Amino acid sequence: METLLLTLISVSLVNNVVLSQFLGLCPFLGVSRKTETAAGMGAAVIFVITIASAVTSLLYQVLVIFHVEYLETVAFILIIAALVQLVELFLKKFSKGLYNSLGVYLPLITTNCAVLGVALTNVQNGFDFITSVVAGFGTALGFTISIVILAGIREKIEDNDIPETFKGSPIVLITAGLMAIAFIGFSGLI
Amino acid sequence: MNGIMIAALVVGLIGLLIGLVLGVASEKFKVEVDENEEKIRAVLPGNNCGACGFPGCDGLASAIAKGEAPVNQCPVGGPDVASLIGAIMGEEAGESKRMTAYVKCKGTCDKTKSQYQYFGLQDCQSAAVVPGAGDKKCSYGCMGYGSCVKACPFDAIHIIDGVAVVDKDKCKACQKCIAVCPNHLIEMVPYDAMHRVRCNSHDKGPKLRKECEVGCIGCTLCTRVCETHAITITNFLAHIDYSKCINCGASVEKCPRKIIE
Repeated sequence: METLLLTLISVSLVNNVVLSQFLGLCPFLGVSRKTETAAGMGAAVIFVITIASAVTSLLYQVLVIFHVEYLETVAFILIIAALVQLVELFLKKFSKGLYNSLGVYLPLITTNCAVLGVALTNVQNGFDFITSVVAGFGTALGFTISIVILAGIREKIEDNDIPETFKGSPIVLITAGLMAIAFIGFSGLI
Repeated sequence: MNGIMIAALVVGLIGLLIGLVLGVASEKFKVEVDENEEKIRAVLPGNNCGACGFPGCDGLASAIAKGEAPVNQCPVGGPDVASLIGAIMGEEAGESKRMTAYVKCKGTCDKTKSQYQYFGLQDCQSAAVVPGAGDKKCSYGCMGYGSCVKACPFDAIHIIDGVAVVDKDKCKACQKCIAVCPNHLIEMVPYDAMHRVRCNSHDKGPKLRKECEVGCIGCTLCTRVCETHAITITNFLAHIDYSKCINCGASVEKCPRKIIE
C-alpha cells in the first residue's frame, strides 16, 4: 500500500508528465485557454489513461508469452486508438451528459503522447497490473493538475500589460517554463 | 523467418480482434439519431462557417431537427436550402431576405492622400495600431491590407486599387469580414439594395477634403432630395435606412461627392 502511495505521488508531482517529462505538450498548450475546458480535458485524460494502462499492462503479458516484446509500441498504439474509440461509443450510449461535456477532447486524446508514454514507461519499469493502473492514474492526475494551473494563470494574465513581443504564445511558454521550475521543488519529496 | 511470422501474426491478430470488438460495439452501442437531423445535415452547405450562430452545420442541423431554430437559419444556403429543409421538416420556409456585405469606403489610392509610407505587416490589425492607422490620411477608411480578404471563406472580397470590394454574387453573408475589420467598415445590406453610401468618415468637410477626394462631407443635400426620408446624417456622415429606401436614385444624382451609388 505504501509503495502504491509513493508511486502515486512520484508520478503525479515529482515526475510530472508535462513539466518534467515533456509529454502531452500539445493539449497542455492547446486547450489551456479556459479553466473549465482544461478541467474537462484533464478529466478525459484521467479516464482514458487509467483504462489504457490497465489494458496495455495485460496486453504486455500476451506479448511476453509470444516473445515479441519489441512490438510493444505498435501494439500499444493500436490498442490505445481502439480504446478511445470504444470509450467514445460507450459514453455516447450510456452517459450522454459526460459525452457532451468531454466533447471534442475525447477523440483528441488519441493523439496525446502522454497516453502512450505512460504505457511504455510502465512496461519499462516492470510494474505489475495494480501498480500500472495506479501509475497511470497518477500520471493523468499530474497532467490535470498542471493543465488546470496553467489555464488559471493564463486567465489571470489575460488582463496583464504584457509587452507586445511576448503577447500570445511566448508568454504561455514562459509561464509553462516557470511552472516547470516551480515543480522541481517537489523533487525533495521522495 | 519464424520470428517475422510470429510478429506479423500477433499484430495481425490484435488488429483483427480490435476490429471485431469495435465493429460489434458500434452495432451494440448504436445511438438513434433523429432521422430528420441526418437529412438536414445533408442539405446544409457544410462549410461549418458558424454564421448561423451554431457550432458548425452539425449544430444547426440538430437545433433545426429539435425545432429550436427556424428552417431558414442558414444564411449561406439562402432560400434554396431553406425550402429543402422546410420540406424535410414539413414547414413553410418563409421569406429569408438575402443579405450581402459591402465596404463603406471608396478611397482608392488615387483618391485618398497618403500621410507616410507604411512598411509594416500587410495586415489591417497591425496597421491599425500604428499612429494614423495606415498610410492613408483618412483614419476611418479602408487601409487595403486585406484582413477581410483572408477572412472570407468564399473568395468574395478582393482589394482593388487599395480598397476592399465585395463581390455581391459570391458573398454568402457569413459576416466573418465584419468581425476582422478594425475600422468597422463592413456592413450587411439587402442584396437588392441598389444605393449605398460608400464612406465611413465622421470628419468635418474641410478636414475631409484635405484627406480624400471622395468622402461624405455631411452637406445634407441627399436628405433633402430623398422623398421617403430614408437618408439621415449623423456626425457628418450619410446613412441609408434600407427599410425606407425605394431605390429612386435621386440622391445618387444629387450627391456632389459621388459617394452614394
